[in-house]
Amino acid sequence: MAVMILAMLFIGVAMMASLADYHRLVAIHRPLGIAILILAVIRLINRRLTKLPPFPPTMSPPERVLASLSEKLLYALMIALPLVGWGMLSAGDYPVQMFGALHLPPILPAHPTLFAFLRGTHSVLAYLLFATILAHVGAVLFHTLVVRDRILNRMALWPVRKTSSTQTQPSSSHETE
Amino acid sequence: MKQDLLNIDPKLSPTAVVLRVALIGGILVGAAALFAYARGWFTPRALTQDRVIDTFQKVNGVYSGFRRNHAKGVCFRGWFESNGNGVELSKAAVFPAGRIPVIGRFSLAGGQPYVADAPTAVRAMALQLQLPNGEEWRMAMIDLPVFPVQTMQQFAVQLEASIPDPATGKPDPAKMKAFVEANPDATRALGLIQSRAISSGFADDTYRSVNTFLFRDRQGRTIPVRWAMIPEQSFQPPPKDDPGKADANYLFDALIAAVRQGPQRWRLVVTIGEPGDPTNDASIPWPDDRRSVDVGTLVIDRIESEAESPARDMNFDPTILPEGIAVSDDPLLSARSAAYSVSFTRREGEPKKPSAITTAEVEK
Ligand code: HEM
Ligand code: HEM
Repeated sequence: MAVMILAMLFIGVAMMASLADYHRLVAIHRPLGIAILILAVIRLINRRLTKLPPFPPTMSPPERVLASLSEKLLYALMIALPLVGWGMLSAGDYPVQMFGALHLPPILPAHPTLFAFLRGTHSVLAYLLFATILAHVGAVLFHTLVVRDRILNRMALWPVRKTSSTQTQPSSSHETE
Repeated sequence: MKQDLLNIDPKLSPTAVVLRVALIGGILVGAAALFAYARGWFTPRALTQDRVIDTFQKVNGVYSGFRRNHAKGVCFRGWFESNGNGVELSKAAVFPAGRIPVIGRFSLAGGQPYVADAPTAVRAMALQLQLPNGEEWRMAMIDLPVFPVQTMQQFAVQLEASIPDPATGKPDPAKMKAFVEANPDATRALGLIQSRAISSGFADDTYRSVNTFLFRDRQGRTIPVRWAMIPEQSFQPPPKDDPGKADANYLFDALIAAVRQGPQRWRLVVTIGEPGDPTNDASIPWPDDRRSVDVGTLVIDRIESEAESPARDMNFDPTILPEGIAVSDDPLLSARSAAYSVSFTRREGEPKKPSAITTAEVEK
């Protein structure tokens, strides 16, 4: 899933600067974004049902606060960003095309300023998501290379979980990628 | 203090810590740079959709809330009466016989919303067909036989050549000459465009897809197509002297009057390309003898001002197609989609000003 989200971020920015591949990239962007929305909701429910492991002793209290806050932010963005994408296409009076004839219903009425607002929001949230992911990757690398608490060994592939929880969790196995 | 907060491994020497932190910093900066590069922020001279629309704004100025091209227009409603002939060509849900609601917009090419109508102004028709299964087919057609250029890169050069020179307030003719000399293909296309038969107005005009699309049928066969909206109203030549001087909206006023007299009709005629016909070059016409199929009739029975119609706040992106119709390898299609999106995003965020063709004009 981490791979999917990174791919989405890069597809998103690349299509904004590509005349030749714009159409192809947006056609992938929409369904992939909706797939992330569905997976993120499943993950969130799954997380609510399983108890979180404690933080490793090598994490200081401020680090723990930061880790759990940014983890919440990541979840919020993984859900908000595709919802905003869907909502902005609805407000822009676009069909929300998936594959073939399959398309999603509008979730908002067509309205010019609403569209413009959501279109701006989609970019801001996407850049924020990228920055949050970078921060997480940085924190994980720091723990692995400098604190050397072998946080990586016990982590699933998804960096967020790694910084905030050290135990090998059965529930995290299906979440890798 | 850093030590306590971050629990650095005491077995690492200070140099090792610095090196490792620098490595992490390098990875993060590298990732961010890659991201910015993909967004085009390090290549400000590369042609992107934003830059194409910036060029339109340099040519025309910025008119708050208006389209950056095809700025002057009026909207309409009607329906498409499919006759069933298209079913053999494409599985799209638009083709089985039946009636499909349509909204659309007539416009003049160019980014000036208050420009005076003129006989030689390029006229256009945009449509949104609302298919029974909830899909849409959006079209944006113009009344030219071919497009002047093959690619957006060429188009941008041509457009830049028409940016008014700050000294004279007019485009530099030398730049346009240089463009034409560097693009012999454009010269041929411009020749075809200049020798086209110009009709009297919107109602007796033929509007073409210009770009090539693909139709896919139920068996999975794919054929390249171009299409045209051919008027049932009989062709009239334009008046001798330019009526735009007396009535700046004469083309739109005549259209409004015609629709008030009765519904106006066009036949949607699909032309099928044969192997060897160019699909990736809208500046080259297909031979005249290609098979054509009349797939139905567009009926326009109501004109609405931009202020009244949902078509004002719609992006007639020609790549919004139902299953059974797809873009071809024509490079203009993806580029148009990208540029229309930027134009749409900008204008939807701006305060709207009244259109040249007001509600009062439509109801006059
Ligand atoms: C995790 C999910 C998503 C991510 C990470 C993401 C990311 C992005 C990014 C980075 C951009 C470019 C922003 C810019 O540079 O201005 C973008 C644009 C866009 N996204 Fe998303 N997006 C997601 C979901 C969606 C969904 C679900 C949809 C629609 C169903 C969508 C539709 C669009 C559209 C239409 C554009 C703009 C195209 C344009 O302005 O021409 N996105 N997205
Ligand atoms: C390189 C080529 C082109 C560029 C840069 C370009 C650019 C634009 C832009 C920026 C708009 C306004 C979009 C909006 O804000 O909704 C527009 C509208 C339009 N374009 Fe193009 N265009 C190109 C080629 C074509 C071609 C080949 C056709 C016809 C076949 C065409 C037909 C139209 C029509 C009919 C509209 C008006 C749609 C409406 O009423 O909303 N354009 N174009």
